[in-house]
Amino acid sequence: MLKTFPKGGIHPPENKITASKGIKKMTLPKVVYVPISQHIGIPAEITVGVKDKVDIGQVIAKSGGFMSSNIHSPVAGTVTKLDKIIDTSGYKKQCIVIRTDLKDESNFKDTEYPLKTTITLEPKDILQKINDSGIVGLGGATFPSHVKLSIKEGTKLDHLIINGVECEPYLTADHRLMLEKAEEIIVGIKILMFALHIDNAIIGIENNKADAIETFKKIIRKDDPIKIAALKVKYPQGGEKQLVRALLNREVPKNGLPLDVGVIVHNVGTIFAIYQAIQHNIPLIERVVTVTGKKLENPSNYWVKIGTPITDLVNEVGGLPEGTRKIVNGGPMMGKAIKNMDVPVTKGTSGILVISEDEASRGEPKNCIRCGECVDVCPMGLEPHLLMNLSEKGMYEKASAEDIMTCIECGSCSYVCPSHRPLLDYIRFGKNSVKKMNTSKN
Amino acid sequence: MSAQPIIVSASPHVHSDRTSKKLMYDVVIALIPAFLVSVYVFGISALIVTSVAIISCILFEYVIQKYLLKTDVTITDGSALITGILLAFNLPSNLPIWMIIIGSLVAIGVAKLSFGGLGFNIFNPALVGRVFLLISFPVQMTSWPTAFVNNTSVVDAVTGATSLGIIKEGLNMGETMTEISARIPSSTNMLFGFTSGSLGEMSALALILGGLYLMLRKVISWHIPVTLLATIFIMTAIFWVANPEHYANPLIHLLAGGAILGAFFMATDLVTSPMTKKGMVIFAIGIGIITVVIRLFGAYPEGISFAILIMNAFVPLINKFFKPRRFGAKIKSKIV
Repeated sequence: MLKTFPKGGIHPPENKITASKGIKKMTLPKVVYVPISQHIGIPAEITVGVKDKVDIGQVIAKSGGFMSSNIHSPVAGTVTKLDKIIDTSGYKKQCIVIRTDLKDESNFKDTEYPLKTTITLEPKDILQKINDSGIVGLGGATFPSHVKLSIKEGTKLDHLIINGVECEPYLTADHRLMLEKAEEIIVGIKILMFALHIDNAIIGIENNKADAIETFKKIIRKDDPIKIAALKVKYPQGGEKQLVRALLNREVPKNGLPLDVGVIVHNVGTIFAIYQAIQHNIPLIERVVTVTGKKLENPSNYWVKIGTPITDLVNEVGGLPEGTRKIVNGGPMMGKAIKNMDVPVTKGTSGILVISEDEASRGEPKNCIRCGECVDVCPMGLEPHLLMNLSEKGMYEKASAEDIMTCIECGSCSYVCPSHRPLLDYIRFGKNSVKKMNTSKN
Repeated sequence: MSAQPIIVSASPHVHSDRTSKKLMYDVVIALIPAFLVSVYVFGISALIVTSVAIISCILFEYVIQKYLLKTDVTITDGSALITGILLAFNLPSNLPIWMIIIGSLVAIGVAKLSFGGLGFNIFNPALVGRVFLLISFPVQMTSWPTAFVNNTSVVDAVTGATSLGIIKEGLNMGETMTEISARIPSSTNMLFGFTSGSLGEMSALALILGGLYLMLRKVISWHIPVTLLATIFIMTAIFWVANPEHYANPLIHLLAGGAILGAFFMATDLVTSPMTKKGMVIFAIGIGIITVVIRLFGAYPEGISFAILIMNAFVPLINKFFKPRRFGAKIKSKIV
């Protein structure tokens, strides 16, 4: 029996059409738009001015506090504007616009370095380096990694979990990375284990990526404290709490963190970024993005500079197909539909999904037939139908008492609802209202 | 850019291909085997009763929604169709047509639409219709045509009591089960449908077939039917073991009345059953106990309709007390 989490979950069509497409280098963008808020927390502070020449990897915005992250220039070029542009959120955000210097050789330098396995830095320096390199959680949550790694003295940690689940349909960025950079990822894991004094590590991979599981199994030596766990394919297994439950049979307490059960979870992409930063001194200026969609001419996976406009990505795969009705930043379950193709790729962009007419529209909501499907699939043990009802009626106290804040917004409820009810939309609205209610109380 | 505007909506951007309508029509498909048996057993009269119930249920829904409530008409969602079929399945095949129409009006108008329509009704509409008719017209509602006898004529039907009715009457007269059992059909006949009773409760086999289809299609889960039938079986077995001359054996209780029809198709009604699996088990145990109590000690020979309706009333309470366990919660089950 393959491991998985016991309560809830769904299995939508996987549609991993780019799984066999190797990661290609994306054409160098002429202009990059680098938002100063690509992470959860305080925006970074801009340290460059208009007309400044910047080098590749140079800090252009400094971390604005503990819960923040540095931003580095993804290209060598000239700052042309400090402007507000619409990002994935749909709101205008402060951005540094840099025109790429196409004559500068550093823009074209090969970033493929030979594998370096010896770790030379001390634990303290490793953590500092991660902080300096602007590394955030690349699974999509973009939580600043150094915050996650700043562990209070006396906290008992016994497992590092590497999230290679990639349970979102369509996305294959992590899958390809694991296939192509397995050795580097293993070194990255060892760096973190060394820095945090953790003795065990488990890489959790869903069974639909058998080749990735095999790749890791081949390179891991018997005496390595790193284990590979094949997981049953089930969404949302990539959720931290679900993954910890699946791998270690430990349940993160309500409103708690994996740290509370002695576990720290990092995405494979983040681990690779840590490897690059520690071993090769490369800050986070590039990431893997899956550009996919059933109607695209040539969907594939790409190494993309942060700040590249999504238009460039779509053009790279043959342009927007006829009848496109929706463009999603991320996967189909949790990604954000964007209105404007000029939105740039940020640290949290794992994929661009182009959806055509037949799948773009939602069904018309009908009466709830009280079938209980939403309750069945909720991985957090909530009652989505009830939370929607309470949110709709403005009963936020009650919604809060029914644990609305523990919702991880995976969307399984909306996915299964046979009456097409906008469950998650109302739950999100309810969560925001509860947040507001709580702040006004304090 | 494409000519049509880009859609921006919140995630998720994909949806499973299940819809309420598909669920409803799966139920209709599941009822077909039992319907075919009823036509085989009762002939044209089964067809008439079912058609009248279906047409009047759909018509009442249309008229009430269109002219009285002035809301959207939802007759195509399949729920009125199911109510019609299930109501017919709970009626004797020789019931006068005007009574069927009254039953449909009560089912759709009172039990469903006055509560707010699909999803808001507390009680199973078909059962409310049936029980209304049973109380209003007890004579017509309990004179059951005997299988294969009145295939051609609706009017001059040869009627008799149901197996459970024969047992109840016999026991009340002071007879023993050994004496009574000579007058009721064998268990095999009950299984295949050669007995007397409501239109749809004839063949246990056909109903189980439909029930399995619903489980296979994941429209219902095993929790309600299995728990309900197990409760009836265990309870009646205890009484039967204690005094086999005074209590019918558990197999008769499972096969003779509406237990199978109720367990697979009436108690599992999505709208009027609990939301969680835990709740479903409690709900089904409740129905089982009440059914047995009515059958063994009540005035009516059969009690499953009443039992389901009584437990329907408890569903909101069950939903409140038997919540799913929250992820990461310390206490096993949270009672609010």
